[in-house]
Amino acid sequence: MLSESSPTYCFLLNDRIVAAAAPSGQLVLDFLRRHRRQVGTKEGCKEGDCGACVVLVGELDDDRVRYQPITSCLMPVAELAGKHLVTIEGLRLASLTPIQQAIVDEGATQCGFCTPGIVISLTALLLQEPVDFDPASVRRALSGHLCRCTGYRSLLASGEVVRRRLEDAGVGHPWDLERLIDDGHLPAWLAEAPSLLRSIQSADGSPVGPTLEQDAVAGHPWRVAGGTDIYVQRGDDLARSAVEVLGRYPEMRGIHRADGHLRLGALTTFEELTHQPQVLELIPDMAQHMHWIASWQIRNRATLGGNVVNASPIGDMTILLLALEAELAIRRGEDMRQQALATFYKGYKELELEMDEVVTEICLPVRDPATKVHFEKVSKRKTLDIATVNSAMRLRLQDGLIAEVGLAAGGVAPVPLFLKNTAKALVGQAVEKATVHLACRLAQQEIAPISDVRGSADYKRMLVHQQLIAHFCQLLPQHFSVGDFL
Amino acid sequence: MKHLDAALHTRGESAYVDDGTPPDGLLHAAVFGSPVAHGVVRRLDVTAARQREGVVAVLTAADIPGDNQVGPILADEPLLATETVHFRSQPLAVVYAESPEMGRAALAAIDCDIDELPAITDPRQAFAAGEIIDRPRQLTLGDVDAAWEICDVIVEGKCDLGGQEHVYLETQRARAWPLEGDNLRLQSSTQSPYATQRTVARVLGLPLHRIEVDVQRLGGGFGGKEDQASPWAAFAALGARLTGRPVELVLRRDEDLAMTGKRHPYQADFKLGLSEAGEILAYEARFFQNAGCSADLSMPVLDRTLFHSNNCYRIPHLRVWGVCCRTHLPSNTAFRGFGGPQGMFVIEAALHKGAAALGMPREELQRRNLMVNGDLFPYGQRVLESRAERTWDEGAALFDLAAMGRRVEAHNAEHLGSKKGYAVMPICFGISFTATHMNQAGALVHVYTDGSVSVSTGGVEMGQGISTNVAAIVARSLGIAPRRVKVESTNTTRIANMSASAASSTTLLNGNAALLACHSIRRRLDALLAEKLSLTADQVVSVLDEQVLVDGEATDWTWNRLVQEAYFARVALSAHEHFATPNIWFDAVSGKGRPFAYHVFGSALTEVTVDVLRGTYTIDRVKILHDLGRPLNRSIDLGQVEGGLAQGLGWMTLEDLRYGDDGRLESHALATYKVPDVYFMPEDLEVRFLENAGNPLGPFHNKAVGEPPLMYGIGVFFALRHAIEAYVGEVSLPYATPLTPERVLMQLHGRRLADIVAGTDGQEADASSQDEEPSLTTA
Repeated sequence: MLSESSPTYCFLLNDRIVAAAAPSGQLVLDFLRRHRRQVGTKEGCKEGDCGACVVLVGELDDDRVRYQPITSCLMPVAELAGKHLVTIEGLRLASLTPIQQAIVDEGATQCGFCTPGIVISLTALLLQEPVDFDPASVRRALSGHLCRCTGYRSLLASGEVVRRRLEDAGVGHPWDLERLIDDGHLPAWLAEAPSLLRSIQSADGSPVGPTLEQDAVAGHPWRVAGGTDIYVQRGDDLARSAVEVLGRYPEMRGIHRADGHLRLGALTTFEELTHQPQVLELIPDMAQHMHWIASWQIRNRATLGGNVVNASPIGDMTILLLALEAELAIRRGEDMRQQALATFYKGYKELELEMDEVVTEICLPVRDPATKVHFEKVSKRKTLDIATVNSAMRLRLQDGLIAEVGLAAGGVAPVPLFLKNTAKALVGQAVEKATVHLACRLAQQEIAPISDVRGSADYKRMLVHQQLIAHFCQLLPQHFSVGDFL
Repeated sequence: MKHLDAALHTRGESAYVDDGTPPDGLLHAAVFGSPVAHGVVRRLDVTAARQREGVVAVLTAADIPGDNQVGPILADEPLLATETVHFRSQPLAVVYAESPEMGRAALAAIDCDIDELPAITDPRQAFAAGEIIDRPRQLTLGDVDAAWEICDVIVEGKCDLGGQEHVYLETQRARAWPLEGDNLRLQSSTQSPYATQRTVARVLGLPLHRIEVDVQRLGGGFGGKEDQASPWAAFAALGARLTGRPVELVLRRDEDLAMTGKRHPYQADFKLGLSEAGEILAYEARFFQNAGCSADLSMPVLDRTLFHSNNCYRIPHLRVWGVCCRTHLPSNTAFRGFGGPQGMFVIEAALHKGAAALGMPREELQRRNLMVNGDLFPYGQRVLESRAERTWDEGAALFDLAAMGRRVEAHNAEHLGSKKGYAVMPICFGISFTATHMNQAGALVHVYTDGSVSVSTGGVEMGQGISTNVAAIVARSLGIAPRRVKVESTNTTRIANMSASAASSTTLLNGNAALLACHSIRRRLDALLAEKLSLTADQVVSVLDEQVLVDGEATDWTWNRLVQEAYFARVALSAHEHFATPNIWFDAVSGKGRPFAYHVFGSALTEVTVDVLRGTYTIDRVKILHDLGRPLNRSIDLGQVEGGLAQGLGWMTLEDLRYGDDGRLESHALATYKVPDVYFMPEDLEVRFLENAGNPLGPFHNKAVGEPPLMYGIGVFFALRHAIEAYVGEVSLPYATPLTPERVLMQLHGRRLADIVAGTDGQEADASSQDEEPSLTTA
């Protein structure tokens, strides 16, 4: 697969610096299995649904490296430049790590095909500050993994064994890499990673490159942000193509407040969003909503901008952003323009976006603190599943009347739908059951769901109705309870 | 003892078929599938594909040197379709190329013209059209026609049971190496190396001994690789034979989903007759099995459906009938439970309806009809040691069934927005292959001069722990440490004519064969000891912890010394032995016999909560008391019970296999076909094993454990029904699975659908405040 014209990427693979010549779009998974013959990383689905291919990717952040578990089946090799890739081969220490030993002791591996990925994700918990191995965290680590053999109880029990061991040894609070290495949890070379990565970056000159304005990114057919959807849709094409990794533009990252907006870099990942204090001011229940969106492994890659531009009619984040009446900052060369998200979608996967334009920021209007936001999602499986119908509502009361509403629903039209008529009609209404019924009635007129594998059109209509009731009950619990509508 | 492979698994060192270093010149196979579900092939032209970059060969049926046939029982399944196609994605041609991408890219250059014909995907429709496979089957007990007269209550109903995709994490794959002469070696992810060997030999027109099939391990099988691993191995073998180069075939997930068979969907009718007191008097059921396009294993699957049609209930008058219906879907195949779950679901549905008609709690009706010793199964076998009542009663006491009932009732009285439900699911599962001849196995044991031991059996390691079980059996039997025992790959040159690793019987058959081989070696060693130690006939020799004991007293002979002395005395230190399950038979004509060596019993309590507003639900707890005989290896057995349960829960709820009317698989990826994840499983899951329960037939009194626990999952359906009924009241809801959130919401609120869509739902309540409604057009 190596062609002479393939660019070379320099990164750290476990304990070694490698310079890999590979097509920029080639998947990290294929690179590992085929070109490095590191076959401990498995291919189970190549669409981020099973976790058999999970690896750790570390990025230099001042004096330490921050690691996240990521599905290597949706990540291009180009993204690795200057980073640290840790695979299961890197966790073959002289004896089993406590995580590995716990899985053995608890009978938490049967056919073994999913096991390396799971070991990686659990190991990722040791690399978060502070280390948190409580059951909720262990579940989160397992959220992106399918195991068809065990039924998961033994895996959770393994996590509990590790938690007790860490607690007994007093390791993890505060986070102490040396202790974790000394206790056999992690390979010793992790301590060298920061200096090795710095040496790569200074030798390589990266990540300095053309700026976003200068770059020939304009018109490039494959621009990859997180890649978690484009690689599912067009994986074959991308793997043999040159792709433009947007991750190397620092101005597309970061969060700041300006002009009455919270401006989120388009490359803000879902996981970053979950923990960002300024976002939590606007959406206090963000972590709760995020539980229903993707998996930890996918959230570490999936970006706000990618979700918006991907234009899936059922994109979870897009629906939330629509209800918040987000605006997009769009760059073409040196020119910038603003575009309301609500008018961004023209038809199925048709955008108000030219080929030479890039969405660089998502801007959320900063609103009255009394404004509340709620997100609803129903899917066949509650977690790591694509919604049958999702919806989000933003609401503010004033003087006992509805003063402000934003409402969006997914899975009910060819585009992520901003229900502008329903929202408009609700403004000025009293807080009473009739208003809820009015919303339900009007919403039915705005939506046009079709029957597909995720559910019948009738079911989707019913879900919109039920979710609207849920929004009112959740946003105005002192006024409504579910029992009022059953 | 821990799973032998566990440490390797956690370090990513376990090798699967395509993990070994690729041999020089390895080619990659890509399969061209039919674009339609049913049709007549007018043209199939592969010449352009042959010219594509990196393509070495493109083969069609005409290139097959042997028999273009892979049907394991009936010869009704070509490896490559010729004149007609019978399911969408049915293989028509295969490309061999330098890389998987080059091979797949060349598929687009295959020119194929097919006249599409109407497709049938519904088994009742197929039956009506006369599309059946083999003959219908029937089992009877007593006189069911006469018995209706004495029944106080008769209920009738229908069931519609969905299929299930295996989702083995490792998709189908094989590697083939051409060897000198006409020989060929394969590594295959197959549950049945012998079936794969047979299929490959048949397709290549070679005798069996030319084909060696080796299996190290599987990344999951669950029945999906019992017979359906063979065609993929045959494609690899065909390419190796005709190109002279090694070939690898690895299906991508989407290809595997589209091209391979699943658990059989069924439709069924039932009629149940009860006495007023709640005694089952008569039961009749008709099963329409959706077999897919060919026989595969559908007939034995249907047999097991009928065999398990009474679950663990005493039914004096019974008639169950079933038929394999040919549809234009991939050929459905073995899946953990092998037809049993479908048979058991239908009697549980009948009892659900019967209990409602009697006004009796469902679990009371279930409990009073549990089989006791001497009761008859539909196939005429008497239950010898029924543990149906024991597992029910002990489970109900251990897990406090009464408290569960009270908790559910109290919750439902207090909550409008959520409803709880619970159910008891007892199981009885017959152990043995229903085809009697398959109940045999071989084992080969070598003792090396350093005292280490190598064991080969016909059992395939697919995660279920057969290797660990065999090692434990051998170590225990020889009196040595388990670390002395290595379990070899499963290989057709070491063990011939092996049965598939299936029917929960792998440890029973192969464990017993290994035990016999150990006994042979031990007999020879004992004879040597008798001579060397000048023992008398009444003295008993044993080996324990690698020490030779005489009448329980230690000697200065260790295992190592014993082996050394035996070698120099020219005593054979290897043994091959064969085990055949005794005393089983079945007469297909009369439908009577003794097909099962023994039965496994157990009961599960399931509690759920339904979100009445959203139609979503949570499985709160599952509590299982399982009859394992005497556990051979608690850790492995527990894993089998929990894993089986997870698959059963998935089958009943979220695993939604969807085919369009045109035979297209709509749930064609793991993005649309969802299996249980960590959040889906109940937080409160507890499995206990029945105490003081032996089983003389199992190695060291162990009972088979692979399949039976799957059927505990059926309980979740009836627990959900209980919760739904708590909201909607007693109504005739359909017995249709999977009970997805969509079905739940429709069952909860379906009667309001028209009002909701029209926007008139709740209108009555606020008729007074409607005067200012804005008018809108549909978006």
